[in-house]
Amino acid sequence: MDQALLIEKIILVLTMLGITLLIATYSTYAERKVAAFLQDRLGPDRAGPFGLLQPLADAGKMFFKEELIPAASEKWLFIMGPGIAMFTACMTGAAIPWGTELHIFGYTLNMQIADIDIGILYIIGFVSMGVYGIMIGGWASNNKYSLYGAIRASSQMISYELAMGLSIIAVVMMSGSLSLKEIAAQQSGMNWNVWYQPLGFVIFFTCALAECNRAPFDLPECETELIGGYHVEYSSMKLGFYLFAEYINMFISSAVIATLYFGGYNFPFQDMISSPALLGWLQFIALFAKIFFFIFVFMWIRWTLPRFRYDQLMHLGWKSLIPLAILNMVITAAVVIARNNGF
Amino acid sequence: MERLTTRAKQVSNKEMTLMERIYLPAILHGMGVTLKHFFMKKASVRYPEVQRPFSPVYRGVHVLKRDEEGRERCTACGLCAVACPAEAITMVAEERKKGEEHLYREEKYAAVYEINQLRCIFCGLCEEACPKEAIFLTDKITPVEEDRASFIYGKDKLVEPLDKRVDVSKRQSWRLNQA
Repeated sequence: MDQALLIEKIILVLTMLGITLLIATYSTYAERKVAAFLQDRLGPDRAGPFGLLQPLADAGKMFFKEELIPAASEKWLFIMGPGIAMFTACMTGAAIPWGTELHIFGYTLNMQIADIDIGILYIIGFVSMGVYGIMIGGWASNNKYSLYGAIRASSQMISYELAMGLSIIAVVMMSGSLSLKEIAAQQSGMNWNVWYQPLGFVIFFTCALAECNRAPFDLPECETELIGGYHVEYSSMKLGFYLFAEYINMFISSAVIATLYFGGYNFPFQDMISSPALLGWLQFIALFAKIFFFIFVFMWIRWTLPRFRYDQLMHLGWKSLIPLAILNMVITAAVVIARNNGF
Repeated sequence: MERLTTRAKQVSNKEMTLMERIYLPAILHGMGVTLKHFFMKKASVRYPEVQRPFSPVYRGVHVLKRDEEGRERCTACGLCAVACPAEAITMVAEERKKGEEHLYREEKYAAVYEINQLRCIFCGLCEEACPKEAIFLTDKITPVEEDRASFIYGKDKLVEPLDKRVDVSKRQSWRLNQA
Protein backbone atom coordinates (compact mmCIF):
# COMPACT_ATOMS: atom_id res chain seq x y z
CA MET A 1 0.00 0.00 0.00
CA ASP A 2 1.53 3.28 -0.94
CA GLN A 3 1.86 6.07 1.52
CA ALA A 4 -0.54 8.54 -0.09
CA LEU A 5 -3.37 6.05 0.08
CA LEU A 6 -2.57 5.32 3.70
CA ILE A 7 -2.68 9.00 4.62
CA GLU A 8 -5.87 9.49 2.63
CA LYS A 9 -7.54 6.61 4.43
CA ILE A 10 -6.38 7.78 7.86
CA ILE A 11 -7.76 11.25 7.20
CA LEU A 12 -11.03 9.78 5.99
CA VAL A 13 -11.30 7.47 9.00
CA LEU A 14 -10.68 10.31 11.43
CA THR A 15 -13.10 12.62 9.63
CA MET A 16 -15.87 10.08 9.50
CA LEU A 17 -15.30 9.14 13.14
CA GLY A 18 -15.45 12.82 14.04
CA ILE A 19 -18.63 13.34 12.05
CA THR A 20 -20.16 10.22 13.59
CA LEU A 21 -19.40 11.39 17.11
CA LEU A 22 -20.58 14.92 16.37
CA ILE A 23 -23.87 13.72 14.94
CA ALA A 24 -24.37 11.31 17.84
CA THR A 25 -23.70 14.18 20.26
CA TYR A 26 -26.20 16.42 18.62
CA SER A 27 -28.67 13.55 18.30
CA THR A 28 -29.03 13.73 22.07
CA TYR A 29 -29.89 17.41 21.73
CA ALA A 30 -32.20 16.72 18.80
CA GLU A 31 -33.89 13.97 20.74
CA ARG A 32 -34.70 16.30 23.58
CA LYS A 33 -35.87 19.04 21.23
CA VAL A 34 -37.99 16.67 19.13
CA ALA A 35 -39.49 15.15 22.27
CA ALA A 36 -40.29 18.62 23.56
CA PHE A 37 -41.82 19.81 20.30
CA LEU A 38 -43.95 16.71 19.90
CA GLN A 39 -45.25 17.31 23.41
CA ASP A 40 -45.95 21.03 22.92
CA ARG A 41 -42.91 22.07 24.97
CA LEU A 42 -39.84 24.12 24.08
CA GLY A 43 -37.08 21.79 25.23
CA PRO A 44 -33.62 22.78 26.48
CA ASP A 45 -32.86 26.39 25.56
CA ARG A 46 -30.67 27.68 28.38
CA ALA A 47 -27.14 26.60 27.39
CA GLY A 48 -26.10 28.80 24.49
CA PRO A 49 -28.41 30.06 21.72
CA PHE A 50 -31.39 27.67 21.41
CA GLY A 51 -29.64 25.45 23.96
CA LEU A 52 -27.07 24.39 21.37
CA LEU A 53 -24.37 23.87 24.01
CA GLN A 54 -26.59 21.48 25.94
CA PRO A 55 -24.75 18.32 24.73
CA LEU A 56 -21.46 19.79 26.00
CA ALA A 57 -23.03 20.53 29.35
CA ASP A 58 -24.40 16.99 29.50
CA ALA A 59 -21.00 15.53 28.63
CA GLY A 60 -19.36 17.72 31.27
CA LYS A 61 -21.83 16.50 33.83
CA MET A 62 -21.11 12.90 32.86
CA PHE A 63 -17.35 13.40 33.18
CA PHE A 64 -17.55 14.96 36.62
CA LYS A 65 -19.82 12.34 38.12
CA GLU A 66 -18.32 9.86 40.54
CA GLU A 67 -17.06 6.72 38.89
CA LEU A 68 -18.20 3.65 40.79
CA ILE A 69 -17.09 0.08 40.20
CA PRO A 70 -19.10 -2.23 42.44
CA ALA A 71 -16.96 -4.36 44.76
CA ALA A 72 -18.75 -7.55 43.73
CA SER A 73 -18.38 -6.91 40.02
CA GLU A 74 -16.05 -8.63 37.59
CA LYS A 75 -13.84 -5.60 37.27
CA TRP A 76 -12.15 -6.36 33.97
CA LEU A 77 -15.37 -7.26 32.19
CA PHE A 78 -17.15 -4.35 33.84
CA ILE A 79 -14.77 -1.95 32.13
CA MET A 80 -14.81 -3.95 28.89
CA GLY A 81 -18.62 -3.73 28.47
CA PRO A 82 -19.04 -0.07 27.54
CA GLY A 83 -15.82 -0.25 25.54
CA ILE A 84 -17.17 -3.04 23.35
CA ALA A 85 -20.48 -1.26 22.93
CA MET A 86 -18.72 1.89 21.78
CA PHE A 87 -16.18 0.04 19.63
CA THR A 88 -18.75 -1.99 17.69
CA ALA A 89 -20.90 1.09 17.22
CA CYS A 90 -18.00 3.08 15.73
CA MET A 91 -16.65 0.27 13.53
CA THR A 92 -19.71 -0.17 11.33
CA GLY A 93 -19.28 3.17 9.60
CA ALA A 94 -16.24 1.91 7.69
CA ALA A 95 -18.15 -0.05 5.05
CA ILE A 96 -20.76 2.58 4.24
CA PRO A 97 -20.24 4.62 1.07
CA TRP A 98 -20.64 8.20 2.28
CA GLY A 99 -20.68 9.46 -1.30
CA THR A 100 -18.90 8.63 -4.53
CA GLU A 101 -15.93 10.96 -4.47
CA LEU A 102 -15.20 14.43 -3.19
CA HIS A 103 -12.89 16.92 -4.89
CA ILE A 104 -11.01 18.90 -2.26
CA PHE A 105 -8.08 21.19 -3.18
CA GLY A 106 -7.72 19.42 -6.53
CA TYR A 107 -7.49 16.07 -4.83
CA THR A 108 -10.05 13.33 -5.42
CA LEU A 109 -11.13 11.59 -2.26
CA ASN A 110 -12.92 8.24 -2.43
CA MET A 111 -15.70 8.56 0.11
CA GLN A 112 -15.81 4.94 1.21
CA ILE A 113 -13.31 3.98 3.88
CA ALA A 114 -13.17 0.32 2.92
CA ASP A 115 -14.95 -1.06 -0.13
CA ILE A 116 -15.34 -4.55 1.30
CA ASP A 117 -17.01 -6.83 -1.22
CA ILE A 118 -19.07 -8.33 1.60
CA GLY A 119 -19.79 -4.94 3.16
CA ILE A 120 -23.32 -5.72 4.31
CA LEU A 121 -22.16 -8.91 6.04
CA TYR A 122 -19.45 -6.92 7.79
CA ILE A 123 -22.03 -4.50 9.14
CA ILE A 124 -24.42 -7.26 10.25
CA GLY A 125 -21.46 -8.97 11.93
CA PHE A 126 -20.50 -5.93 13.92
CA VAL A 127 -24.06 -5.11 14.82
CA SER A 128 -24.51 -8.59 16.25
CA MET A 129 -21.30 -8.16 18.20
CA GLY A 130 -22.87 -5.12 19.82
CA VAL A 131 -24.95 -7.48 21.90
CA TYR A 132 -21.77 -8.54 23.72
CA GLY A 133 -21.22 -5.05 25.05
CA ILE A 134 -24.63 -5.13 26.68
CA MET A 135 -24.46 -8.75 27.79
CA ILE A 136 -20.99 -8.43 29.29
CA GLY A 137 -21.87 -5.20 31.04
CA GLY A 138 -25.05 -6.66 32.50
CA TRP A 139 -23.32 -9.85 33.58
CA ALA A 140 -20.22 -8.24 35.06
CA SER A 141 -22.28 -5.86 37.21
CA ASN A 142 -23.22 -8.88 39.38
CA ASN A 143 -26.68 -7.43 39.89
CA LYS A 144 -29.86 -9.34 39.16
CA TYR A 145 -31.60 -6.34 37.63
CA SER A 146 -28.82 -5.54 35.22
CA LEU A 147 -28.63 -9.24 34.32
CA TYR A 148 -32.37 -9.28 33.59
CA GLY A 149 -31.92 -6.19 31.44
CA ALA A 150 -29.01 -7.75 29.60
CA ILE A 151 -30.93 -10.98 28.97
CA ARG A 152 -33.87 -9.00 27.65
CA ALA A 153 -31.60 -6.98 25.41
CA SER A 154 -29.71 -9.94 24.01
CA SER A 155 -32.74 -12.14 23.36
CA GLN A 156 -34.46 -9.21 21.69
CA MET A 157 -31.48 -8.36 19.52
CA ILE A 158 -30.85 -11.97 18.51
CA SER A 159 -34.54 -12.47 17.62
CA TYR A 160 -34.72 -9.38 15.47
CA GLU A 161 -31.40 -10.02 13.77
CA LEU A 162 -32.98 -13.02 12.05
CA ALA A 163 -35.74 -11.04 10.39
CA MET A 164 -33.25 -8.27 9.62
CA GLY A 165 -30.88 -10.70 7.87
CA LEU A 166 -33.74 -12.25 5.91
CA SER A 167 -34.95 -8.86 4.69
CA ILE A 168 -31.43 -7.97 3.62
CA ILE A 169 -31.12 -11.21 1.64
CA ALA A 170 -33.98 -10.02 -0.58
CA VAL A 171 -32.08 -6.80 -1.34
CA VAL A 172 -28.89 -8.74 -1.99
CA MET A 173 -30.67 -11.09 -4.38
CA MET A 174 -32.09 -8.14 -6.28
CA SER A 175 -28.81 -6.35 -6.71
CA GLY A 176 -26.68 -9.47 -6.97
CA SER A 177 -23.94 -8.06 -4.76
CA LEU A 178 -23.00 -7.90 -1.09
CA SER A 179 -20.93 -4.76 -1.57
CA LEU A 180 -22.65 -1.65 -0.27
CA LYS A 181 -20.93 0.43 -2.93
CA GLU A 182 -22.41 -1.74 -5.65
CA ILE A 183 -25.86 -1.73 -4.01
CA ALA A 184 -25.80 2.06 -3.73
CA ALA A 185 -24.54 2.54 -7.29
CA GLN A 186 -27.36 0.42 -8.72
CA GLN A 187 -29.99 2.75 -7.26
CA SER A 188 -28.97 5.80 -9.25
CA GLY A 189 -31.54 8.55 -9.70
CA MET A 190 -34.88 7.51 -8.28
CA ASN A 191 -34.36 3.79 -8.90
CA TRP A 192 -34.47 3.13 -5.18
CA ASN A 193 -34.82 -0.32 -3.69
CA VAL A 194 -37.72 0.75 -1.52
CA TRP A 195 -40.00 0.80 -4.58
CA TYR A 196 -39.25 -2.90 -5.14
CA GLN A 197 -38.92 -3.94 -1.52
CA PRO A 198 -41.53 -2.01 0.49
CA LEU A 199 -42.25 -4.96 2.75
CA GLY A 200 -38.55 -5.63 3.18
CA PHE A 201 -38.05 -2.00 4.14
CA VAL A 202 -40.78 -2.10 6.78
CA ILE A 203 -39.31 -5.28 8.25
CA PHE A 204 -35.79 -3.91 8.17
CA PHE A 205 -36.83 -0.65 9.75
CA THR A 206 -38.74 -2.39 12.54
CA CYS A 207 -35.74 -4.61 13.22
CA ALA A 208 -33.44 -1.60 13.19
CA LEU A 209 -35.56 -0.03 15.94
CA ALA A 210 -35.27 -3.23 17.94
CA GLU A 211 -31.52 -3.55 17.30
CA CYS A 212 -30.91 -0.02 18.57
CA ASN A 213 -33.07 -0.70 21.64
CA ARG A 214 -35.24 2.21 20.64
CA ALA A 215 -38.87 2.67 21.54
CA PRO A 216 -41.25 0.92 21.06
CA PHE A 217 -38.69 -1.86 21.60
CA ASP A 218 -36.77 -0.22 24.46
CA LEU A 219 -37.47 -3.00 26.92
CA PRO A 220 -33.84 -3.46 28.06
CA GLU A 221 -34.26 -0.14 29.84
CA CYS A 222 -37.11 -0.06 32.26
CA GLU A 223 -37.30 1.90 35.47
CA THR A 224 -40.36 0.26 36.96
CA GLU A 225 -39.33 -3.33 36.42
CA LEU A 226 -35.53 -3.27 36.29
CA ILE A 227 -34.66 -0.04 38.11
CA GLY A 228 -32.71 0.98 35.02
CA GLY A 229 -31.68 -1.88 32.79
CA TYR A 230 -28.36 -3.49 31.91
CA HIS A 231 -26.51 -0.34 32.99
CA VAL A 232 -27.92 -0.03 36.52
CA GLU A 233 -24.46 -0.23 38.11
CA TYR A 234 -22.77 2.08 35.65
CA SER A 235 -22.04 5.70 36.36
CA SER A 236 -20.05 8.58 34.93
CA MET A 237 -18.59 8.19 31.45
CA LYS A 238 -19.05 4.41 31.36
CA LEU A 239 -22.78 5.03 31.45
CA GLY A 240 -22.18 7.84 29.00
CA PHE A 241 -20.53 5.35 26.61
CA TYR A 242 -23.55 3.06 26.69
CA LEU A 243 -25.99 5.89 26.07
CA PHE A 244 -23.74 7.39 23.43
CA ALA A 245 -23.30 4.05 21.65
CA GLU A 246 -27.09 3.93 21.29
CA TYR A 247 -27.05 7.23 19.43
CA ILE A 248 -24.16 6.16 17.21
CA ASN A 249 -26.08 2.98 16.40
CA MET A 250 -29.05 5.10 15.48
CA PHE A 251 -26.92 7.16 13.11
CA ILE A 252 -25.37 4.09 11.52
CA SER A 253 -28.76 2.37 11.19
CA SER A 254 -30.12 5.43 9.43
CA ALA A 255 -27.13 5.37 7.11
CA VAL A 256 -27.64 1.67 6.35
CA ILE A 257 -31.37 2.16 5.76
CA ALA A 258 -30.63 5.06 3.43
CA THR A 259 -28.00 3.04 1.57
CA LEU A 260 -29.95 -0.19 1.23
CA TYR A 261 -33.42 1.14 0.49
CA PHE A 262 -33.32 4.85 -0.27
CA GLY A 263 -30.60 5.06 -2.87
CA GLY A 264 -27.71 5.99 -0.57
CA TYR A 265 -26.02 9.05 -1.96
CA ASN A 266 -28.18 9.12 -5.11
CA PHE A 267 -30.72 11.84 -5.62
CA PRO A 268 -33.25 12.50 -8.40
CA PHE A 269 -32.05 14.21 -11.62
CA GLN A 270 -28.41 13.84 -10.64
CA ASP A 271 -27.50 13.04 -14.25
CA MET A 272 -28.26 16.65 -15.17
CA ILE A 273 -25.30 17.91 -13.14
CA SER A 274 -22.25 17.90 -15.35
CA SER A 275 -19.59 19.09 -12.88
CA PRO A 276 -18.19 16.06 -11.01
CA ALA A 277 -16.98 18.25 -8.12
CA LEU A 278 -20.42 19.69 -7.51
CA LEU A 279 -22.02 16.27 -7.95
CA GLY A 280 -19.73 14.77 -5.31
CA TRP A 281 -20.69 17.36 -2.74
CA LEU A 282 -24.39 17.17 -3.57
CA GLN A 283 -24.33 13.38 -3.21
CA PHE A 284 -22.64 13.72 0.16
CA ILE A 285 -25.31 16.20 1.24
CA ALA A 286 -28.13 14.05 -0.18
CA LEU A 287 -26.98 11.06 1.85
CA PHE A 288 -26.79 13.07 5.04
CA ALA A 289 -30.20 14.62 4.42
CA LYS A 290 -31.63 11.11 4.19
CA ILE A 291 -29.77 10.06 7.33
CA PHE A 292 -31.06 13.05 9.29
CA PHE A 293 -34.55 12.33 8.10
CA PHE A 294 -34.35 8.77 9.38
CA ILE A 295 -32.87 9.86 12.69
CA PHE A 296 -35.87 12.16 13.00
CA VAL A 297 -38.21 9.27 12.18
CA PHE A 298 -36.53 7.18 14.88
CA MET A 299 -37.24 9.92 17.40
CA TRP A 300 -40.68 10.62 16.02
CA ILE A 301 -41.64 6.98 16.52
CA ARG A 302 -40.17 6.96 19.99
CA TRP A 303 -42.39 9.81 21.12
CA THR A 304 -45.49 8.46 19.37
CA LEU A 305 -45.77 4.78 20.22
CA PRO A 306 -46.12 3.13 23.61
CA ARG A 307 -43.71 0.25 24.18
CA PHE A 308 -44.56 -3.37 23.60
CA ARG A 309 -44.97 -5.92 26.32
CA TYR A 310 -42.18 -8.47 26.28
CA ASP A 311 -44.33 -11.34 25.01
CA GLN A 312 -45.77 -9.06 22.32
CA LEU A 313 -42.22 -8.19 21.30
CA MET A 314 -41.29 -11.86 20.90
CA HIS A 315 -44.60 -12.56 19.19
CA LEU A 316 -44.01 -9.81 16.67
CA GLY A 317 -40.42 -10.86 16.03
CA TRP A 318 -40.85 -14.60 15.65
CA LYS A 319 -44.43 -15.05 14.51
CA SER A 320 -44.91 -12.01 12.28
CA LEU A 321 -41.67 -10.51 11.05
CA ILE A 322 -39.73 -13.72 10.33
CA PRO A 323 -42.54 -15.39 8.31
CA LEU A 324 -43.13 -12.15 6.44
CA ALA A 325 -39.42 -11.79 5.75
CA ILE A 326 -39.25 -15.38 4.44
CA LEU A 327 -42.29 -14.72 2.26
CA ASN A 328 -40.67 -11.56 0.96
CA MET A 329 -37.48 -13.47 0.24
CA VAL A 330 -39.26 -16.27 -1.63
CA ILE A 331 -41.25 -13.84 -3.77
CA THR A 332 -38.13 -11.84 -4.55
CA ALA A 333 -36.26 -15.01 -5.47
CA ALA A 334 -39.07 -16.10 -7.80
CA VAL A 335 -39.19 -12.71 -9.50
CA VAL A 336 -35.40 -12.58 -9.90
CA ILE A 337 -35.30 -16.06 -11.45
CA ALA A 338 -38.22 -15.24 -13.74
CA ARG A 339 -36.48 -12.07 -14.90
CA ASN A 340 -33.16 -13.80 -15.50
CA ASN A 341 -34.91 -16.39 -17.66
CA GLY A 342 -36.46 -13.69 -19.79
CA PHE A 343 -40.08 -13.73 -18.63
CA MET B 1 -79.28 5.08 33.29
CA GLU B 2 -78.00 8.59 32.96
CA ARG B 3 -74.44 8.82 31.70
CA LEU B 4 -71.98 10.70 33.88
CA THR B 5 -69.87 11.72 30.92
CA THR B 6 -70.35 12.25 27.20
CA ARG B 7 -67.01 10.67 26.38
CA ALA B 8 -67.76 7.14 27.57
CA LYS B 9 -66.82 4.42 25.08
CA GLN B 10 -68.25 0.94 24.88
CA VAL B 11 -65.44 -1.57 25.38
CA SER B 12 -65.61 -4.65 23.19
CA ASN B 13 -63.59 -7.81 22.95
CA LYS B 14 -64.15 -8.45 19.26
CA GLU B 15 -61.50 -9.95 17.03
CA MET B 16 -59.42 -7.36 15.24
CA THR B 17 -59.81 -7.15 11.49
CA LEU B 18 -56.80 -7.74 9.26
CA MET B 19 -56.30 -4.01 8.72
CA GLU B 20 -56.21 -3.49 12.47
CA ARG B 21 -53.84 -6.38 13.01
CA ILE B 22 -51.36 -5.07 10.46
CA TYR B 23 -51.03 -2.19 12.90
CA LEU B 24 -49.26 0.05 10.43
CA PRO B 25 -52.25 2.29 9.55
CA ALA B 26 -52.78 2.94 13.24
CA ILE B 27 -49.09 3.75 13.68
CA LEU B 28 -49.14 6.16 10.74
CA HIS B 29 -52.27 7.80 12.12
CA GLY B 30 -50.58 8.24 15.50
CA MET B 31 -47.48 9.66 13.87
CA GLY B 32 -49.71 12.13 12.04
CA VAL B 33 -51.14 13.26 15.35
CA THR B 34 -47.71 13.80 16.90
CA LEU B 35 -46.43 15.56 13.80
CA LYS B 36 -49.34 17.97 14.03
CA HIS B 37 -48.27 18.76 17.56
CA PHE B 38 -44.70 19.34 16.34
CA PHE B 39 -45.87 22.48 14.54
CA MET B 40 -48.42 23.63 17.07
CA LYS B 41 -47.96 26.60 19.36
CA LYS B 42 -45.98 25.59 22.42
CA ALA B 43 -47.59 25.69 25.80
CA SER B 44 -44.45 26.53 27.79
CA VAL B 45 -43.02 30.00 28.31
CA ARG B 46 -39.33 30.98 28.49
CA TYR B 47 -39.84 31.89 32.11
CA PRO B 48 -37.48 34.55 33.40
CA GLU B 49 -37.64 36.49 30.12
CA VAL B 50 -41.34 35.95 29.48
CA GLN B 51 -43.80 35.94 32.34
CA ARG B 52 -47.43 35.02 32.26
CA PRO B 53 -49.67 37.96 33.27
CA PHE B 54 -50.80 37.94 36.89
CA SER B 55 -54.39 38.44 37.89
CA PRO B 56 -55.07 42.02 39.11
CA VAL B 57 -55.98 40.61 42.52
CA TYR B 58 -52.78 38.60 42.85
CA ARG B 59 -51.63 38.53 46.48
CA GLY B 60 -47.85 38.47 46.81
CA VAL B 61 -45.21 39.68 49.25
CA HIS B 62 -46.38 42.19 51.86
CA VAL B 63 -45.30 45.80 52.12
CA LEU B 64 -45.47 48.17 55.11
CA LYS B 65 -46.49 51.51 53.64
CA ARG B 66 -45.33 54.95 54.69
CA ASP B 67 -47.58 58.00 54.61
CA GLU B 68 -47.21 61.02 52.32
CA GLU B 69 -44.48 62.51 54.53
CA GLY B 70 -42.53 59.29 54.61
CA ARG B 71 -43.49 58.26 58.13
CA GLU B 72 -44.26 54.65 58.93
CA ARG B 73 -47.97 54.11 59.21
CA CYS B 74 -47.87 50.99 61.35
CA THR B 75 -48.74 51.60 64.95
CA ALA B 76 -48.14 48.07 66.17
CA CYS B 77 -51.72 47.51 67.26
CA GLY B 78 -51.36 43.81 66.54
CA LEU B 79 -54.68 43.40 64.70
CA CYS B 80 -52.95 41.87 61.70
CA ALA B 81 -51.25 39.31 63.93
CA VAL B 82 -54.61 38.45 65.47
CA ALA B 83 -56.30 38.20 62.10
CA CYS B 84 -53.55 36.04 60.60
CA PRO B 85 -54.87 32.45 60.33
CA ALA B 86 -51.37 31.11 59.80
CA GLU B 87 -49.87 32.99 62.75
CA ALA B 88 -47.12 34.26 60.53
CA ILE B 89 -46.89 37.80 61.94
CA THR B 90 -45.08 38.83 65.11
CA MET B 91 -44.21 42.31 66.32
CA VAL B 92 -42.72 44.23 69.22
CA ALA B 93 -44.24 47.64 69.96
CA GLU B 94 -42.31 50.66 71.20
CA GLU B 95 -43.14 54.23 72.20
CA ARG B 96 -42.13 57.04 69.93
CA LYS B 97 -39.44 59.26 71.51
CA LYS B 98 -39.09 63.01 71.15
CA GLY B 99 -37.50 63.91 67.85
CA GLU B 100 -38.76 60.76 66.08
CA GLU B 101 -41.93 62.41 64.78
CA HIS B 102 -40.62 62.43 61.24
CA LEU B 103 -40.14 58.65 61.39
CA TYR B 104 -43.39 57.36 62.86
CA ARG B 105 -46.84 58.75 62.37
CA GLU B 106 -48.41 57.62 65.65
CA GLU B 107 -47.07 57.67 69.19
CA LYS B 108 -46.56 53.95 69.12
CA TYR B 109 -44.69 52.05 66.44
CA ALA B 110 -43.38 48.57 65.64
CA ALA B 111 -39.75 48.22 66.64
CA VAL B 112 -39.72 44.68 65.31
CA TYR B 113 -42.17 43.47 62.68
CA GLU B 114 -41.66 40.03 61.21
CA ILE B 115 -43.62 37.97 58.70
CA ASN B 116 -42.63 34.38 58.14
CA GLN B 117 -43.06 33.92 54.40
CA LEU B 118 -43.07 30.15 54.78
CA ARG B 119 -46.02 30.26 57.17
CA CYS B 120 -47.94 32.94 55.32
CA ILE B 121 -50.79 31.67 53.15
CA PHE B 122 -51.25 35.03 51.38
CA CYS B 123 -54.93 35.23 52.29
CA GLY B 124 -54.84 39.03 52.68
CA LEU B 125 -56.66 39.10 56.04
CA CYS B 126 -53.87 41.25 57.58
CA GLU B 127 -54.56 43.86 54.94
CA GLU B 128 -58.27 43.86 55.75
CA ALA B 129 -57.65 43.95 59.49
CA CYS B 130 -55.28 46.92 59.38
CA PRO B 131 -57.00 50.13 60.64
CA LYS B 132 -54.08 52.33 59.61
CA GLU B 133 -53.75 51.18 55.97
CA ALA B 134 -50.18 50.20 56.75
CA ILE B 135 -49.89 46.65 55.45
CA PHE B 136 -50.72 45.67 51.88
CA LEU B 137 -50.07 42.69 49.68
CA THR B 138 -48.19 43.50 46.47
CA ASP B 139 -47.97 41.70 43.12
CA LYS B 140 -44.40 40.53 43.76
CA ILE B 141 -43.55 36.88 44.39
CA THR B 142 -41.31 35.77 47.26
CA PRO B 143 -37.80 35.30 45.90
CA VAL B 144 -35.84 32.09 46.38
CA GLU B 145 -33.68 31.77 49.50
CA GLU B 146 -31.23 29.07 50.45
CA ASP B 147 -32.10 28.73 54.15
CA ARG B 148 -35.31 28.89 56.11
CA ALA B 149 -34.22 31.78 58.34
CA SER B 150 -34.03 34.11 55.35
CA PHE B 151 -37.74 33.66 54.76
CA ILE B 152 -38.55 35.50 57.99
CA TYR B 153 -38.90 39.00 56.61
CA GLY B 154 -38.11 41.82 59.03
CA LYS B 155 -38.75 45.52 58.69
CA ASP B 156 -35.69 45.86 56.45
CA LYS B 157 -37.50 43.92 53.74
CA LEU B 158 -41.10 44.87 54.50
CA VAL B 159 -41.09 48.66 54.95
CA GLU B 160 -41.17 50.41 51.61
CA PRO B 161 -38.04 52.40 50.85
CA LEU B 162 -38.44 56.18 50.78
CA ASP B 163 -36.95 56.50 47.33
CA LYS B 164 -38.74 53.44 45.91
CA ARG B 165 -42.37 53.65 46.87
CA VAL B 166 -44.42 50.49 46.23
CA ASP B 167 -47.54 50.89 44.15
CA VAL B 168 -50.44 48.84 45.47
CA SER B 169 -53.16 50.73 43.61
CA LYS B 170 -53.84 48.05 41.00
CA ARG B 171 -55.19 45.47 43.39
CA GLN B 172 -56.76 48.04 45.71
CA SER B 173 -58.67 49.89 42.98
CA TRP B 174 -59.85 46.56 41.56
CA ARG B 175 -61.19 45.65 45.00
CA LEU B 176 -62.91 49.03 45.37
CA ASN B 177 -64.55 48.65 41.98
CA GLN B 178 -65.89 45.27 42.97
CA ALA B 179 -67.32 46.61 46.23
